[in-house]
Amino acid sequence: MSDLLQFLLSGLTVGAVYALLALGFTIIFNASGVVNFAQGEFVMLGGMATAFGIAAGLPVPLAALLAILGTAALGVALNALAIAPARGAPVVSLIIITIGAAIFLQGAAGLLFDKQIHRYPGFSGEAALRILGATILPQSLWVIAGATLTFALLWLFFSRTLTGKAVLATANNPLAASLVGINTRAIMALSFGLSAAIGAVAGLLVTPITMTAYNTGVALALSGFAAAMLGGLGSPLGALVGGLLLGVLEALTAGYVSSQYKDAVSFILIILVLTFLPQGLLGRKSTDRV
Amino acid sequence: MSTPKSLALAAILLAMGSPAALAQIRIGATLAETGPAGALGDPEAKTLRLLVEQINAAGGVLGEPLELVLYDDGGDPNNARTYATRLVEHDEVVAIIGGTTTGTSLAIRSVAEDEEIPFISLAGGIEIIDPVHPFTFKTPHTDRMACEKLFEDMQAQGITRIGMISGTDGFGASMRNQCLDVTAGYGIEIAADERYAPGDADMVPQLTNIRNTEGVQAVLNPGFGAGPAIVTRNYRQLGIELPFYQSHGVAGQAYIDLSGAENAEGVRLPGTALLIADQLTEDDAQRAVVTAYRDAYVGRYNEPVSTFGGYAHDALAILVDAITRNGEADPDPVDLRDAIEATAGLVGTTGTYSFAADDHLGLDLTAFRLLQIQGGTWSETP
Amino acid sequence: MQLKPKYLSLLILVLLVAAAPLFFPSGFYYRVGALIFINGIAVTGMVILIGYAGQISLGHAGFAGIGAYSCALAPVYLNIPPVAAIAFGAALSAALAWVVGRPILKLHGYYLGVATLGLGILISMVLLNEAQWTGGPDGIAVPDLGLRGLLRDMGLRVGAGELWYWVAALVMILGAWLALNLFDSPTGRALRALHGSEVAARTIGIDVPRHKLHAFVVSAVYASVSGSLLAQMNRLITPDVAGFMHSVQMVTMAVLGGVSSVLGAIFGATILTALPQLLTVFHQYEHMVLGLVMILVMIFLPDGLLPSILKRLKGRNEE
Repeated sequence: MSDLLQFLLSGLTVGAVYALLALGFTIIFNASGVVNFAQGEFVMLGGMATAFGIAAGLPVPLAALLAILGTAALGVALNALAIAPARGAPVVSLIIITIGAAIFLQGAAGLLFDKQIHRYPGFSGEAALRILGATILPQSLWVIAGATLTFALLWLFFSRTLTGKAVLATANNPLAASLVGINTRAIMALSFGLSAAIGAVAGLLVTPITMTAYNTGVALALSGFAAAMLGGLGSPLGALVGGLLLGVLEALTAGYVSSQYKDAVSFILIILVLTFLPQGLLGRKSTDRV
Repeated sequence: MSTPKSLALAAILLAMGSPAALAQIRIGATLAETGPAGALGDPEAKTLRLLVEQINAAGGVLGEPLELVLYDDGGDPNNARTYATRLVEHDEVVAIIGGTTTGTSLAIRSVAEDEEIPFISLAGGIEIIDPVHPFTFKTPHTDRMACEKLFEDMQAQGITRIGMISGTDGFGASMRNQCLDVTAGYGIEIAADERYAPGDADMVPQLTNIRNTEGVQAVLNPGFGAGPAIVTRNYRQLGIELPFYQSHGVAGQAYIDLSGAENAEGVRLPGTALLIADQLTEDDAQRAVVTAYRDAYVGRYNEPVSTFGGYAHDALAILVDAITRNGEADPDPVDLRDAIEATAGLVGTTGTYSFAADDHLGLDLTAFRLLQIQGGTWSETP
Repeated sequence: MQLKPKYLSLLILVLLVAAAPLFFPSGFYYRVGALIFINGIAVTGMVILIGYAGQISLGHAGFAGIGAYSCALAPVYLNIPPVAAIAFGAALSAALAWVVGRPILKLHGYYLGVATLGLGILISMVLLNEAQWTGGPDGIAVPDLGLRGLLRDMGLRVGAGELWYWVAALVMILGAWLALNLFDSPTGRALRALHGSEVAARTIGIDVPRHKLHAFVVSAVYASVSGSLLAQMNRLITPDVAGFMHSVQMVTMAVLGGVSSVLGAIFGATILTALPQLLTVFHQYEHMVLGLVMILVMIFLPDGLLPSILKRLKGRNEE
């Protein structure tokens, strides 16, 4: 029983990171129809920049804030320089562009920072907490709380603010949105900035647990992509469900079945789910326009 | 219409340049400076660059400067094979150092053996030099020796049942196999055998299973990079009190820093003299070599030395020694190979090398030192 | 003299392949050439899948892995001669593509992308983890094809690099010829129709799922043969051949060069295979340059390098 709880707590921590990654994918996809394979690099940059800020003597909150702002600026720049100019390109071109951006950012991070593995202490100490015979690190609570808070803030943003509603309108129908006076270019820039910021938050929260290095982005992007697709591309709730589900599933597989094939289970699940629900668990039905 | 293509081809040929005249002694290297094994290959490359500079500043070898031609194969054996071919056929090097991983070393070996060029590998896999291939040597201990060293200690402690958690990367998988192979000789049973992938964020489920396995007396974690540090943290998080053994894959200060000194306290692993340079006694044969290398490396790069850089140091030392003994600035590859095989009593950072026709590793178990982490630093166990 | 475009393409390929060695300053270039051709085979398959049929795959390296490991394992465990192992791998890849392709080809765009990605990752995971068969991450030796020995018995001494240059070239040109024939066949026309619009293709009576499946299976065979040749040439194979980055590489080479034509895709394979060899001098910047090239080509030359260059040349001639 305490084992199951232990696996669940592990899975929720990892799942919360996947959910934040998937959320980043979702926001950009909704605004631009692009799946951004550089999303994992934002997570890496958030962690690396915070690590270097702390190493340079900045207080943790300031280092974190700078990391978020810097990564968000990079997200806006990525959109302006690489995504916006390729508007309307076929899916395969967009995949190559964003993977190209990921490779570029990884190379740049390796030069700008270094090629070592980095970590900084957890925000609320390192002593594990005990719950009903299971243990959890305080930093895991930070990660889970961070994911929950991000999700709640986004929900408020999309449902209560005019800008948020404009983003949703653009996602639903860009042409109609621009006809009613929404600046869809600004919305795209905003979405990339927001998405990069969420990635950076995930990165800076999780680095005390998982550590980070310049080349960790691609693996993160693949997990996030898988989570987003499982939940249903374009649905923020789907991103949350997909991320948590993948994290918990991996932990349970590692615990009860085989630690060797725990990643296999997620991909088998994805292929099965997509076979029966081609739009993912919570994705919107779309019809071919002729 | 073929103009653009032939133009591109011409540009490619131009940019690659043509083999330069032989004015110096050219040494080739192909290492995994980047990629999954980058944590190993990066210090190796830095070490080679630093030492070649030092040697040239001191007048070179046989009065000729060394030239290092170094490629980054990213740990991919296909790339390693391409670069090895390039080193032999295009750059016309006298010998090749490299192969950060066992996979890349095997790829380079087949080129080196085909073209009869001496090759010194920096990887741990025993299959690189067993059976012996005429032109292939290596500097690190084998994975099998690491297992033996650890099992020796476990045997001394009366440990007979252990749990193992290994990475699925080349290093972890290879050492896992070797350890499974030699358990019988030490009366050790591996009662739990768990795995993790290199990028994994959390190994709590695997460790929980090991903890729940009946009668486990110690835990062994073969791996390198971030994985073992996460395993160490999870180990303490779960409050497991059993003796904890790591591999030589994490023999560097980075492991202690990433795990946290309090979490790594008491961890044992097979290491080399390099990590305990300051604790070596005055009469220790390795003291001078180890201290000189460490001071030069730390002075230049401002980061701690690791065992892996030490492997590269030793490979270059063996090569320079052999070239000097052979006495020709443009050595015949077969003569150079013979000179390497005749290496005797060469003191390196890893141990003291003496090759023989049937031994292209040249080290024994005594070169390994069983280290323990105490108060955030390494110390030799008595 | 009026040459059909198909034969013109083949003629250009043959001439370039035959003439290139005249400019080789050292034997190493044969190795780069052979790698280009082996990648060329895989990207020709990508042309059929992406260029003709308009489907994407982020997992075709999985089939290259099947082809490669067939060459390593089939001669040992099934006593198949090494040459036949290539065919065995191709058959295995085709069978897997056929079984998996039926459900996942119903998906579109990114959903197809993630499903094929998953397929590729599953294959590479098996190759990585079933070490008792595959040798695990450090790979496994591949039995000799025996070509060099055969030639030596006939009195011909050929270096391994040279030999594989010509063997890979031969297979690539054969593959290109088959792909160009397919383009002109009824299947090719059906594929191009469904690429334009699946709904329209269906209304004129084209069996869309069947044709998509054909393209998927054929491209899997190309990837498999490419993997087989790589294994035979290197005599050692590791799970990297089935990895995600190799899948991405195949797609990128094809699309960067120009995925609508065989010649364009092979041009892309040439550029991206040679690029790392060119960049060894600036090796710290290699990743940044590669990333930039991918972005810039897709933005400014969306049809790919070769078609864009040809268009520009044509434009200049007409002025």
